[in-house]
Amino acid sequence: MADPMRIRAQAAGGNATVRVLMSHEMETGQRRDGAGKIIPAWHITEVNATLNGKSVLSAEWGTGVAKNPFLQFTVKGAKVGDKISISWKDNHGDSRTDEATVA
Amino acid sequence: MTTRRETLRQSATVAALLFASGLFPHYAMAAFNKSAFDAKSLADSLKALGVGAPVESTGVTLQAPDIAENGAVVPVGASSTLAGVKQLLFFVEKNPTVLIAVFNLTDSVDAAITTRTKMAESSNVYAVAVMNDGKVLYAKKEVKVTLGGCGG
Repeated sequence: MADPMRIRAQAAGGNATVRVLMSHEMETGQRRDGAGKIIPAWHITEVNATLNGKSVLSAEWGTGVAKNPFLQFTVKGAKVGDKISISWKDNHGDSRTDEATVA
Repeated sequence: MTTRRETLRQSATVAALLFASGLFPHYAMAAFNKSAFDAKSLADSLKALGVGAPVESTGVTLQAPDIAENGAVVPVGASSTLAGVKQLLFFVEKNPTVLIAVFNLTDSVDAAITTRTKMAESSNVYAVAVMNDGKVLYAKKEVKVTLGGCGG
């Protein structure tokens, strides 16, 4: 499907800063192709982040999020070795989940 | 006489209809709120989200560049030092789609989100915090864009 997400989770002082770079076109539905036809909107609609299986953050995105979305947040109480999982769903019904370990 | 089979079938049909319309509580929580994203103004979008009128507040901080070289990728951050932030939202006033993103927070994350948005033109960017007690606070900043990023 899409390229894997790049997730970095770094522990610092009882928390973990998580940085995610997702691979997605995030078409706004405003652009036209060479023939002048509108390129339909294609974007991530929902994002979910879990720490050791427990949901810590969820999000709804519109077409305004930039292509190849970047996301950074801080999870409290995360230790080295904890599992961070990020999943997204888009308006085509595609989805993707990637995991990383807190370092 | 309604048989048990018929009753079960009716329940299943109602459940399926509810499921399809997104009214099941579990799904309503993080499901994509289309009307909020379709809204053409900040006020309409907040109304569609079921959220009250926002008040400018120093309790919410918005990080955004003064000038964005490339409107296709503008880093923005929203954070709040206050306790009890339920959601953080980003809006770009002059975008065709005003609402950029809704972040539903839990107690396990700091009220601080950084992401990148597209900006069609120079515009105000808003970071809105919806609190657990229903208060809605915002911070805004004008970001100038040299090259628009929505496809124009």
